[in-house]
Amino acid sequence: MTELVPGSAGVPGGPGGRRRDAFGARGSGDTSGFGGLVPPVPSLASSVRPFGDDAADSVYDTLERVFPELGDAVERVVFAYGELTIHVRRERLLDVAWTLRDDPGLRFELLSSLSGVDYPDDLTGRRLHSVVHLTSMTHRRRLRVEVSVADGDPHLPSLTPVWPTADWHEREAYDLFGLVYEGHPGLARIMMPDDWVGHPQRKDYPLGGIAVDYKGAQIPPPDTRRSYS
Amino acid sequence: MSTHTETPVDAAGGMAPGGPAEPVTGAQPYEAGFTESSAGRVYTVTGGDWEQVLGSGESDGERITVNMGPQHPSTHGVLRLVLEIEGETVTETRIVIGYLHTGIEKSCEYRTWTQAVTFLTRADYLSPLYNEAAYCLSVEKLLGITDEVPERATVIRVLVMELQRIASHLVWLATGGMELGATTGMIFGFREREKILDLLELITGLRMNHAYIRPGGLAQDIPDEAIPRIREFLVDMPKRIREYHALLTGQPIWKARMVDVNFLDAAACIALGTTGPVLRAAGLPWDLRKTMPYCGYETYDFDVPTALEGDSYARYLVRLEEMGESLKIIEQCLDRLRPGPVMVADKKIAWPSQLSIGSDGMGNSLDHIRKIMGTSMEALIHHFKLVTEGFRVPAGQVYTQIESPRGELGYHVVSDGGTRPFRVHVRDPSFVNLQAVPAMTEGGQVADVIVGVASVDPVLGGVDR
Repeated sequence: MTELVPGSAGVPGGPGGRRRDAFGARGSGDTSGFGGLVPPVPSLASSVRPFGDDAADSVYDTLERVFPELGDAVERVVFAYGELTIHVRRERLLDVAWTLRDDPGLRFELLSSLSGVDYPDDLTGRRLHSVVHLTSMTHRRRLRVEVSVADGDPHLPSLTPVWPTADWHEREAYDLFGLVYEGHPGLARIMMPDDWVGHPQRKDYPLGGIAVDYKGAQIPPPDTRRSYS
Repeated sequence: MSTHTETPVDAAGGMAPGGPAEPVTGAQPYEAGFTESSAGRVYTVTGGDWEQVLGSGESDGERITVNMGPQHPSTHGVLRLVLEIEGETVTETRIVIGYLHTGIEKSCEYRTWTQAVTFLTRADYLSPLYNEAAYCLSVEKLLGITDEVPERATVIRVLVMELQRIASHLVWLATGGMELGATTGMIFGFREREKILDLLELITGLRMNHAYIRPGGLAQDIPDEAIPRIREFLVDMPKRIREYHALLTGQPIWKARMVDVNFLDAAACIALGTTGPVLRAAGLPWDLRKTMPYCGYETYDFDVPTALEGDSYARYLVRLEEMGESLKIIEQCLDRLRPGPVMVADKKIAWPSQLSIGSDGMGNSLDHIRKIMGTSMEALIHHFKLVTEGFRVPAGQVYTQIESPRGELGYHVVSDGGTRPFRVHVRDPSFVNLQAVPAMTEGGQVADVIVGVASVDPVLGGVDR
């Protein structure tokens, strides 16, 4: 089992490369030389248009036509694995969202999914991403809208006015990643207990090893409860 | 009215401070009582919290707050409902979840791509094969091997998924019937579900949480003796569905409890993200098997049952019809089964071991172990690396959505190019559909809340993950 060295995750938008495996080996741990395992350094470049996919091209062309300040709102556009992603500045997220939902040529009426992702090495320095998957039932298309915010200022507008179903999704992203959705009707923890400290799905939050306070008593983490030696 | 304003429970169901503290507790209002003993301090953490927070529950007005769950026979697992009622009318429904949160998504990030299946199959425990399929389709998309997955593997995936759809709907019929007092419905539902679990055990080796579908194909081929058993089931099951209709459809009490109850129209469903039978019962024939096909569903002949009423009874009818449609698909799957591999040919993805079911359930093929241990050192190294370290998946992110028995099951999978998932997010239909329960139940009767939750068919393993 390899373990990512903090600050080196080879993520899209991160520098990537170095890792340490369970035996302490640096680098990829691959000694054959044939693995080609060094991940390419990702860039912040947009995909070249046309994307070569009818649905993706149509969505982006329509969006460009009906939303004149698109260059100002969208940081970059990525077309990969047959899926279109637009990275939107948080200041313009709601404007873009209303257009995506209401324009007859777009009609993304269903917010399928909203999830947080933590990229500790994001090249922009904004490590927390809020990823929305939209479905257009009218045109049978999908679109991914991604917003990134910095750890120190994790605020972004809530999508609940546009898609009410975002309510619980945003509470979950707040709970597990610490994304703060402005304008959400009741941004409270949903999975973890209300008095939990920290956001467990961030990459720097450990798996296990957390002592739990329960009604004044402290329950130590399982691995330190008892010695079996 | 004062109960509501003085000591509210916030949107998350968290408890606001208030109420008299117990004499033995300390400064914190919810600190447990304790006694000192020679062995150390002994804490008492049982009961009593609710009254402490909200008083006796009665107030000067008519409105009272009722807590239902998280341990209640009709809340489908550890779901908690906080109801505000005036007389018999529900004025506010608040849903509190998280009691079954086990951090499945986080745990996946610490295991290989193949091992993650074993976690994810435990999310929605009534439709585990859907979790596996959606996740594996995502990984295959990232690997770029979607078209290389063998035909036989895809057909078997569809076969087991449709078997499980029937099983899942049967559990819904059984538990939903039990909650309304139709205990015969419960006996019937669990009786037929048991037959499906037997079939799935024969095919996968396990009754539930199968970990049968793997990135690239299947863990093992379907055994020959399963085919006649499935054919027997296909002959038997239509009779059973007619039996359910004879027992429940048109039965006066069943109809009185369900017709025009928990109404939700298509526009509200879309706004609240509700999919699956609830949306189809509101008149929109949105079934991802038809509208955004995957696993070759576009080549199967089946219908999408819908209803126009948008009430609990319509959802019941839609689910019953869907069982029949699934039977049609299973029959076509059996006709399409051709001999062939059930795993991609790429030896960098497919595990070299060939699993064979032994008398104890599962076991590795001794012949294969003898071959790799005795003849090829490189094969042994390769096997070791693939099983312990796993294969690498190109960096990027994908989202795959499939039609589970409860609606759209989506997987947002992110890879950093490593041997473990960087992030796996499960868009579970139960999680999203539960949000619609307040819209269905507020303004109705207390008794209808039970029907409302049942008609959504939430599985808390998937809701909380």
